[in-house]
Amino acid sequence: MRIDCKHVWQHISAYIDSEVDAELRAEIDRHLETCEICSAVLDSTRNIVVLMADDRVFELPAGFSQRLHARLDKELELAEP
Amino acid sequence: MEHIRRILAGEKHLFHDLIRPCERGIYLMLLGLLRNEAEAEDAAQDTAIKVFRNLHNFRGDSQFRTWVLSIARNEGLGRLRKQGSRREDSLDADTDEQTGDYTPAILTSWREVPSEALERKELGDILRRTIGELPEIYRNVVLLRDIEEMDVRETAAALGISDGAVKVRLHRARALLQKHLAPLLGGFAPERKGLFRWGK
Repeated sequence: MRIDCKHVWQHISAYIDSEVDAELRAEIDRHLETCEICSAVLDSTRNIVVLMADDRVFELPAGFSQRLHARLDKELELAEP
Repeated sequence: MEHIRRILAGEKHLFHDLIRPCERGIYLMLLGLLRNEAEAEDAAQDTAIKVFRNLHNFRGDSQFRTWVLSIARNEGLGRLRKQGSRREDSLDADTDEQTGDYTPAILTSWREVPSEALERKELGDILRRTIGELPEIYRNVVLLRDIEEMDVRETAAALGISDGAVKVRLHRARALLQKHLAPLLGGFAPERKGLFRWGK
């Protein structure tokens, strides 16, 4: 079976998460060896996934935790023992 | 469960330790729904209080964090209903009618953008803005799976959808992000060294 570019794009997310079976992975790998477009699409997608996961992208607002626990303290004081 | 039993038995201060590991997930879930940092923070505080008040209802048949995140989701959805209108998402979900798949940004090469590039504020701003513009059903999956790094099952439980739906939505979200971000990120890749020699 030879797979085309569109077929590869359909499986890029699963490929990145190692959720494609061995046979499909081998087909995709073979396609990637000769297709610079799909290689670049895969590399860019994987790069974006890695960047998004960095804690610096979505940091909690400064003081978030202190304000949350201060409000909880008030609630805990009022709660029935 | 032992921790929860002790809180319910009167050691209320232990609730701080119980909720702490869930804080970021609560915030991201609410940011994904409300798309406003201040509102997400306010809703996160209300969520934590609701979790405390309803702790006696937690049965332990799901993970504690999953249960907490469903309370956060209900809080966010309730606020959206009160607002009466949802803000429009601006990234078009231009699907191919037949396959439901997206055409990616077509590139012939990719220079990797290293994580160190996140020291530049503009890169984080571009990533946050583009994720924020995803259609809601994709945005929430990305925030929980790729940013909070929850597994498929926990993401599915927190959002009340199937494992398969998480995978499909994540795939479409990543494809949309690639399409819109790839053309913008090139300037953050380091220059290649040694490709050219000038003079002798």
